[in-house]
Amino acid sequence: MTEVTLPAGTRNGSGDAAEYFLEGEPLTDAKAPSGPIEMRWTNRQFDSRLVNPANRRKLSVIIVGTGLAGASAAATMGEAGYAVKAFFYQDSPRRAHSIAAQGGINAAKNYKGDGDSVHRLFYDTVKGGDYRSRESNVHRLAEVSVNIIDQCVAQGVPFAREYGGLLDNRSFGGVQVSRTFYARGQTGQQLLIGAYQALERQVGAGTVATYARHEMLELVVVDGKARGIIARDMVTGEIETHLADVVVLASGGYGNVFYLSTNAMGCNVTASWRAHRKGAYMANPCYTQIHPTCIPVSGEHQSKLTLMSESLRNDGRIWVPKNREDRDKDPRDIAEEDRDYYLERIYPSFGNLVPRDIASRAAKYQCDAEKGVGPGGLGVYLDFADAIERMGRKTVESKYGNLFDMYARITGEDPYATPMRIYPAVHYVMGGLWVDYDLQSTIPGLFVTGEANFSDHGANRLGASALMQGLADGYFVLPNTIRDYLADGPFEKVDEEHPAVVEARESVESRISRFLSVKGTRSVDSYHRELGQIMWDYCGMERTEEGLNKAIGLIRDLRTDFWENVKVLGSAESINQSLEKAGRVADFLELGELMCIDALNRRESCGGHFRAESQTEDGEALRQDDDYAYVAAWEFAGGDHDLGKPVLHKENLVYEFVEMKQRSYK
Amino acid sequence: MRLNLKIWRQENARAKGGMVDYELDDISEDMSFLEMLDVLNEKLNAADEEPIAFDHDCREGICGSCGLMINGQAHGPEVTTTCQLHMRSFKDGETITIEPWRADAFPVLKDLVVDRTAFDRMIQAGGFISVNTGSAPDAHATPVPKENADRAFDTATCIACGACVAACPNASASLFLGAKITHLGELPQGQAERHERVLGMVSQHDHEGFGGCTNIGECASACPKGIPLDVISQLNKDLRTALRHAPS
Repeated sequence: MTEVTLPAGTRNGSGDAAEYFLEGEPLTDAKAPSGPIEMRWTNRQFDSRLVNPANRRKLSVIIVGTGLAGASAAATMGEAGYAVKAFFYQDSPRRAHSIAAQGGINAAKNYKGDGDSVHRLFYDTVKGGDYRSRESNVHRLAEVSVNIIDQCVAQGVPFAREYGGLLDNRSFGGVQVSRTFYARGQTGQQLLIGAYQALERQVGAGTVATYARHEMLELVVVDGKARGIIARDMVTGEIETHLADVVVLASGGYGNVFYLSTNAMGCNVTASWRAHRKGAYMANPCYTQIHPTCIPVSGEHQSKLTLMSESLRNDGRIWVPKNREDRDKDPRDIAEEDRDYYLERIYPSFGNLVPRDIASRAAKYQCDAEKGVGPGGLGVYLDFADAIERMGRKTVESKYGNLFDMYARITGEDPYATPMRIYPAVHYVMGGLWVDYDLQSTIPGLFVTGEANFSDHGANRLGASALMQGLADGYFVLPNTIRDYLADGPFEKVDEEHPAVVEARESVESRISRFLSVKGTRSVDSYHRELGQIMWDYCGMERTEEGLNKAIGLIRDLRTDFWENVKVLGSAESINQSLEKAGRVADFLELGELMCIDALNRRESCGGHFRAESQTEDGEALRQDDDYAYVAAWEFAGGDHDLGKPVLHKENLVYEFVEMKQRSYK
Repeated sequence: MRLNLKIWRQENARAKGGMVDYELDDISEDMSFLEMLDVLNEKLNAADEEPIAFDHDCREGICGSCGLMINGQAHGPEVTTTCQLHMRSFKDGETITIEPWRADAFPVLKDLVVDRTAFDRMIQAGGFISVNTGSAPDAHATPVPKENADRAFDTATCIACGACVAACPNASASLFLGAKITHLGELPQGQAERHERVLGMVSQHDHEGFGGCTNIGECASACPKGIPLDVISQLNKDLRTALRHAPS
């Protein structure tokens, strides 16, 4: 294990996770301007230094990931005249997983005149994040939301329109105003295609170079600054060095640590994790959003979970049989009095529309009490029988037809005839690399945007806010803040023979040959599945001190076994999907442990994160604001395949503009 | 279910490929087609045989990564993406032939993986609206009649999977092109560059080696997103108009 020099003031950890970590100096400056919150972003943009157009083309930017955050950033930086290189593991930037987002994107346009405003969007988002996000960042997000819609419409994004030709809105996720813009059930796709087209326009203009089927495997840090990446060309296997003046990670979230999730199969943590190992702090890694309305697992072969839009809860009623023996019955034969509409019973004022975390946990409790339905007993009914009777089948078809068809295709059942079955699944992560107000990580010159950073969502992302953040960061925030950093240029030239570059490249090469030389007996996928099960069981919807301690032990054993027993066939000189997965799973095996340590340390319930030790008398999530109103930013202090004792740096969250309140949905 | 599989294996872009037979047992009809391939790959890996490479990512029918010729049909017997095709569409004991997309402009990279970057280059040639970030007018400054907005949306749903090309006897990408031309052409924002767009994209299409359209319609019938065939008429109409106005 490599010894690292710990900063002054480091002491042993405390609380449940005491033996697993050290505590370092707090993070006291997140660089947000002070003063009235509505002026902070305006002031920051003005204070951010300018770079003259002639100098911009001499400055180079690497962007990793081309989803909403990465593609929009690459397009905007390219337009501005910087020399941009964009990397992505898919064959086209248009395939990034932002494409799968269905519901919509929020903006404080107040087009409906229903009392919406920037301040209200800000307030709702801070509250929806369970008071674990930063006020300054969230306010900025609400401010630029307005510009995002303008930008996307100008690009030709076909948002839903009314007959008068103006944009339509709907309400989403329990919000009381209609501020969600949408393009049927494919908002993410349409927004991404807008950003993708803007990006391809710059490729055509020669300001952006794209690198398809390239995976970042290491960050190059020279004299304490991020100066490039080591990437593998996934077709030829060539290990390439790309150097630049600044590096932007827009590499998405790490929900695939759970193996089964709504994330695309290739979503991974490698770019972030490699940067974390080089000194970037990882913040709130245990914050995971669980989505309540997914199609349940049908068998052991399952590779992926599919989300059903949350809008189904507007008209569907959720229930389980009151009697365990009715679980295998045809649901239509279960009498009304033998059904438990548990959400309507426990939460009479919100009913089936309670927030995602509450709906998810309630479903889990029913299944834990052996009342779940379908294969493995992991499902609850989402029943449209009443809605069909009330509105008629035609109306239900016009509102939800595409979702019903999708359900029928995947399950082979007809949801018009029998109730759908749903179960919660991992959907989004709110943790990620720590960034300051400028989206800069703890490594100077390394910026992090979109789901890859931690900054805006707190403990519980609201619906229609992730798309907003991705595009806010890429189109509007980063291009303004990164400018200030680039104004320090020209930067000292680094060449490929610099010892730090050589070291990074060699570590990638030796890691790849290590994967190929273990020649063990277990497939990479089998490790990933096992890790996912541990994470879901112990670091999923409900966490306990005992479970998390157990999980840490299990993950450590699994990681040791991985490096002794994994089997990766084929060569490094061609497309080798097992090799690609091996690298990602190796990083997940380290991240998973840090997530458990973070969850163990945070002995409070907030958002989708429920610590059984912190609940109210009637079993609801209980925040502990006095002890945990902070961002947990973890510094890597481990060795080769070992986390060591990570160092916790706390950033206290201060609420000047929104009062912290306990949430109640009864 | 028990299955006999005939799968195209090809080491790399330069190597000669060929069909290889595999047998698979215990396949559940609830599996997706790609999960069936996952099971086969685990079996191959256990037998020290290199797994079959295939493209896939979201497995929700939206990213457009997956695409296989299954029994000679793009994405197989149902009108959907390969990832949303389930094994209940096949019979116990069936023989299934699996090949990569077949088109000169989509060279095979390995096994079932092909290179579709030609699609990106066609977009680079004009498949966008030129607007720099930060200079957009208020979204309500440009109303769009609902019919146009709906038509734009219907054609914007193209996921660029390439099934239209694979299904076409001429390997034409006219449906893909027509979808983009129609999407942007239906909107007021897209008018300024309308002529340049179609000229640029069609020229790049031909340069990439896609074939001409002879209105057979296989593309539209194979399209998992239901892009209508008449976008090709729109493409041709725009092209004629643009050619008339092009500077000579």
